[in-house]
Amino acid sequence: MKLLLNLFIFIPFFGFIISLFLPKKNEGLISTATVLTVGLHLASFLAYVGYWLSIGAPTLNIKDMVLFGESDYEFFIDFTFDKIGAVYLVVGAFLTFLVTLYSRSYFHREDGYKRFFNTILFFYLGYNIIILAGNLETLFIGWEILGISSFLLIAFYRNRYLPVKNAVKIFSIYRIGDVGILLAMWMSHHLWHENITFVKLSNYELVHDHLQTHSIIGITISLMILIAAAAKSAQLPFSSWLPRAMEGPTPSSAIFYGSLSVHLGIFLLLRTQPLWEHQLSVRILIGVLGLSTSIIASGIARVQSSVKSQIAYSSISQIGLMFIELAFGLEDWALIHFAGNAFLRTYQLLVSPSVVSYLIREQFYNFVPRPLTLEDSFPKKIEYSFYILSLKEWNLDSIMYRYFWNPLKWAGRKLEFVTVRRAIVFFGLVYVIGLVCEYYEDSIPEIIKYLLPYCFSLIGLIMVLKAFSERKNVFLSWILIVMNSFWVVLAISFNEHFSFEDVYIYLSGIVIAGLLGYICLVWIKKLERRIDMKQFHGHSYKHPKIAALFLLACLGVSGFPISPTFLGEDLIFSHIHEDQILLAFFTALSFIIDGIALIRIYARVFLGPHVKSQYEMAYRSS
Amino acid sequence: METKKNAFDEQAVIKDLKKYLPAQAPLKDFIFQNNLEAFQRFKFHEGLNNASEILGYKVYLSLHEFRALYESERIRKDVLERILIQKKGAAQLDHWKEKLIEQQYHHTHSPRVGLLRSNWKKEYKIDLNSLVHTNLFRILNSYIDQGISIWNFPVWEHGFLRSIKDIQSHSFTSFFSTKRAKAFLMEEKWDLSDLLKIVVGDESLFEQYLFDQQFAHQGWSGMVSVIEDKPHTLIDQKKITLKELIIFELLLEIDALDKHFGEGKWQPLSKKLRTRPARLFEDVPHTEYHEVLSLWQEAFEWTYFDEVLAGLQINKPVQKEKADKSFQAMFCIDDRECSVRRYLEQVDPACDTYGTPGFFNVEFYFQPLQGKYYTKLCPAPVTPKYLIKEVGSNSKQKHDVHFEKQTHSLLGGLLISQTLGFWSAIKLITTIFRPTMSTSAASSFKHMNKAAKLTIQNFNPEERENGWQIGFTVEEMATRVEGLLRNVGLLKHFAPIVYMVGHGASSVNNPYYTTMDCGACSCRPGSVNARAFCFMANHKEVRAILANKGIVIPDETRFIGGLHDTTRDDVIFFDEDTLSIAHVAYHAKNVRVFEQAMALNAKERSRRFVSINSKLSPEKIHKKVQIRSVSLFEPRPELDHATNALTVVGRRATTKGLFLDRRAFLNSFDYSTDLEGKYLLGIMGPIAPVCGGISLNYYFARVDNQKLGSGTKLPHNVMGLVGVANGIEGDLRPGLPSQMIESHDPIRHLVVVEHFPEVVLEIVKKLSTYEWYLNGWMHLVALNPETKEISVFKDGAFEIYKPLTQTIQVLDDVNYLIENTDSQANTPVYFLSKN
Repeated sequence: MKLLLNLFIFIPFFGFIISLFLPKKNEGLISTATVLTVGLHLASFLAYVGYWLSIGAPTLNIKDMVLFGESDYEFFIDFTFDKIGAVYLVVGAFLTFLVTLYSRSYFHREDGYKRFFNTILFFYLGYNIIILAGNLETLFIGWEILGISSFLLIAFYRNRYLPVKNAVKIFSIYRIGDVGILLAMWMSHHLWHENITFVKLSNYELVHDHLQTHSIIGITISLMILIAAAAKSAQLPFSSWLPRAMEGPTPSSAIFYGSLSVHLGIFLLLRTQPLWEHQLSVRILIGVLGLSTSIIASGIARVQSSVKSQIAYSSISQIGLMFIELAFGLEDWALIHFAGNAFLRTYQLLVSPSVVSYLIREQFYNFVPRPLTLEDSFPKKIEYSFYILSLKEWNLDSIMYRYFWNPLKWAGRKLEFVTVRRAIVFFGLVYVIGLVCEYYEDSIPEIIKYLLPYCFSLIGLIMVLKAFSERKNVFLSWILIVMNSFWVVLAISFNEHFSFEDVYIYLSGIVIAGLLGYICLVWIKKLERRIDMKQFHGHSYKHPKIAALFLLACLGVSGFPISPTFLGEDLIFSHIHEDQILLAFFTALSFIIDGIALIRIYARVFLGPHVKSQYEMAYRSS
Repeated sequence: METKKNAFDEQAVIKDLKKYLPAQAPLKDFIFQNNLEAFQRFKFHEGLNNASEILGYKVYLSLHEFRALYESERIRKDVLERILIQKKGAAQLDHWKEKLIEQQYHHTHSPRVGLLRSNWKKEYKIDLNSLVHTNLFRILNSYIDQGISIWNFPVWEHGFLRSIKDIQSHSFTSFFSTKRAKAFLMEEKWDLSDLLKIVVGDESLFEQYLFDQQFAHQGWSGMVSVIEDKPHTLIDQKKITLKELIIFELLLEIDALDKHFGEGKWQPLSKKLRTRPARLFEDVPHTEYHEVLSLWQEAFEWTYFDEVLAGLQINKPVQKEKADKSFQAMFCIDDRECSVRRYLEQVDPACDTYGTPGFFNVEFYFQPLQGKYYTKLCPAPVTPKYLIKEVGSNSKQKHDVHFEKQTHSLLGGLLISQTLGFWSAIKLITTIFRPTMSTSAASSFKHMNKAAKLTIQNFNPEERENGWQIGFTVEEMATRVEGLLRNVGLLKHFAPIVYMVGHGASSVNNPYYTTMDCGACSCRPGSVNARAFCFMANHKEVRAILANKGIVIPDETRFIGGLHDTTRDDVIFFDEDTLSIAHVAYHAKNVRVFEQAMALNAKERSRRFVSINSKLSPEKIHKKVQIRSVSLFEPRPELDHATNALTVVGRRATTKGLFLDRRAFLNSFDYSTDLEGKYLLGIMGPIAPVCGGISLNYYFARVDNQKLGSGTKLPHNVMGLVGVANGIEGDLRPGLPSQMIESHDPIRHLVVVEHFPEVVLEIVKKLSTYEWYLNGWMHLVALNPETKEISVFKDGAFEIYKPLTQTIQVLDDVNYLIENTDSQANTPVYFLSKN
């Protein structure tokens, strides 16, 4: 029974792999494969749930694969299944199945037919991993898959400016959420001294004991999880990403941003509920966050004059209410609310083009001119102010820029002097010094030994900041990103002596992917001569294969769960000590910016309007 | 081209801008028109060259597409050679052929528009568009919004700018973030050029800057310009002018620049300008690349036209003037009715069909019962003086909660998502597995209630509403009936029943639903017109007047109105209860003929639909076509006017027996009843704007679907009920979506008039739309009705044309063709075998 859980990961996985190899022109085959995959998944899952209910709906847990084990540390894949998982999977499978059916004819003759169905399956795989995940590590795998497939779906129209710009923007916000999970994972290691499963978390005594003695860590973990949940579910201050995700084809917006993806924040909170439900302050925070989001978002929804943004903000405000429900411990209610909201918004988005004929007709028969109101009273003034603020989305979009991205860019720009040669020379010199220090570790004063990890990880962080803000040289950016991993390894190596194997696992993936990416860039430069980071170049228009290869390299370098680097990432964190919060923060931040910088390179070089075909591209503003 | 002085003439510039901006009205009032109307004063190819260089449009298929067409023989070698010899001389033939077929051209430079303003990014390192557009579009959209938002723009009565100012002065927050822009808005002690001086500096650059600025979001600018000119196009009327938009945008630009650099710390654009970009309307050089494309274009067009003309010339229909017709049916000239008529004639060879613009010569406004507004039912350029009202029936619109506003409120949403949300899941299943007609669909049959009465006759000229006379007097009715009958040449041999069949369309999830209705009724279904005409033609007094003028309609003849739904291939008839018993029997028999013809028509259409197997029986296909029309997931409910290419003004006998693959508008006209061309003038009038407008709208959307069309429909988001955009931050996208135009061959329209060239020439010169023909935006051919000689209109005169095509294949079985032709391919011209 438990083992069958694997099936629900394998079906979408194999479906996805098979779909990659289908011929691009054969629409029927591609969509049939997808519909069959999701249909089979749905059917077998429904049968499974039926049986599961008949045996009393027990909570299942299966420790699946130990990917890496040391004496004191284990990295393992774990799956779990309970009521929450059942609801999320049923809703997810049901909606995905219907929307893939819907898209079969809807996408007929659309450029990227295959790309769309590939991405849907990839997304679906990530979704299932998240829902069935039994520990944070497993969940994180799905989380990463979801992030990248969201990026690809939003930037589905990759030769237009706005979809690409918004996809990068949303990916960045997702990465902020990822920091939350990474740090939560790191702290959990130290709190529980193991890779704890969600099932164990529900052991009240255990949790209670640990939290008694480590209440600060407990609260911090909860906060990190809350950040991740808020980012994913578009709560304040992240809300403005959701309407901007509506750049893809209507069905994908309907299912992912209208329903599944955006409710995963709720899921994360439901999963980790045993951890935070006894922390009153966290519950209050969740409730306040939900309340303020639902009020502000419903205000913004009221002033929206485009169909999709109206639905997006209404959905956000409902999710805000779900946060409140969770804060009050109304788990079941939140689950029902989730399902209802997901169905409603999916359907509303799917029929959104009908709104013209429907409302125009209604207006034709029922329009009543509005009374004129311009009053100079205090309440009116408040009302108008509220209107303007809602219309400007409470500046949420620019706040993200002003307080987060701009400082990072500003910092990066201070590093104008960094060139490829200087970077390599500096890297070589300092790295050798670092290695020497490492070798003669015993003869180094304790205080320096204490500071060195910070120093090296800060260098790594600065380098990656430069990579992130670089405007001219793509290669510089790429090299700095790859180097970052080496800095991280060097920094951590002072912490404790870990085996060469760990380093090998971590760096092997990076080196190979780094080389592959470099080759792609050289290749494209040879073909197209000029590439820089100032604008989008859109080379996927003429060279889709190189673009795909480069994307693969980016995933490898960013520690995506296709390369061993992914394991390494987690390992690295397990070697950061409990008291080295700053080091953990630097490392996490550099991973995050690293990922954004990679996607930025990919977007600038390969996506956007093709620079050389101006007469065939859409307007930038469209 | 025109030379402009350096002084900035505000009004002239705004007028110019309005001319060049897209002129597409809000979705509910969609009208097909030439996207490049502003360039129509030039010869076609020159106008295209200018538009391409100045505004950056792609104006032909790409070179490799033309070459592929040549490879696949869809551009014929002999036609190409003939054109090259004509234009370049026989000596240059090989030289030019090589250029067309082999030479590589690199064409990568930028269009002129946008060059000046691109200096913000180049010299100031500031991306002004991304700082300004999002806010600008959102505020504009909220102001114009026709009913999406729950909380509307609070103030609107005194126009756009004034409303912004009012709301700003009555609130604690602001649309701007810096002081200067705010102060400007409040003061009003300046004019447009003062703002331009701050932003641009040099006065001689103002015009170019404004073009750059407005063409960076031509969708919204065009919409504002249309609303300014036709405020009644909005149900919830909002006043706005293009000038207000420009001022507001300049203020936003000042705001953004002040915020970025600090007030007074930046210089106007002209100060940092290193090189002056080419003036927009300076003469555009002729390039060989453009010429090569234009030659290909000619060859592409004449490959098809040559075949058509040969077909018309060779076609020898059986000329039998039979007096005993089973029925006569009059349809719209619409290209979609071309095959319906063919099938009616096939199923019942004793019937006659006619084509005439689908408003049936009665022009009026229509007000349905309980409707708060009027709908114009005649060609767009006509302004009617009459009103027809629907009375005496009551049909209420059903509601669908998914479109209702309470789903978006906080608590309403809470309640609804937890209850109705699960109903949505069930609806989702049914819409995918069993699509049916729902409240969200637009249906042509909803246009008018079949059971309702109409106020067609006017008994008292004092009866007026809104300045229009309610109904027509007997005299006025007689004029209209006579006009139509003379136009089509139906003056004798009336059958017992004459059907007047208007047309409309049904679709769901389709913001472009109006484009599929009758173009001659301002993109609305033609049901009211059909009914009105029949009422008039059946009127005793009207018939008496007509008899005096020599048109005797026998008492046994009844006119019956009908409506053909072109998406579903359904047809309904009106006022059947007024038929006598004898007529009921005739009618019942004819209805069966119609039904068969509709099924056959559905089968012919299905060859374009991949989701339907065209080998099935007509009845089965008919069912599937109907389901398709109400499927949410079907972005192509029908193909509308795609592939349209021809208009034939002439007797049915001229085209009967030719298989034209639904590409022709057929306008019935009998030269022998109109030797001087008195009625021809009236017929030719609307052909250029209606058929030409449709054809060029399709042409440009096909060659540049991104800039002159709206791209793919799939990501479209409805903005304020007036237009669509991609996502939530994009500019409006006027034009036709890719799903509508993909099977269209971008060729100009060919109008064939069956009359003597001298007469046609005289008539054409009198037309207000003469420019269309003179400058070659439409082709015109006169087909001599006696000698069948063909003359092509060129530069103001007719020249004899001898088709290269010698034989036209005879098609034994249309079904074979339908079942075995690629869905995207257009077929050659065939003769239908006579058996």
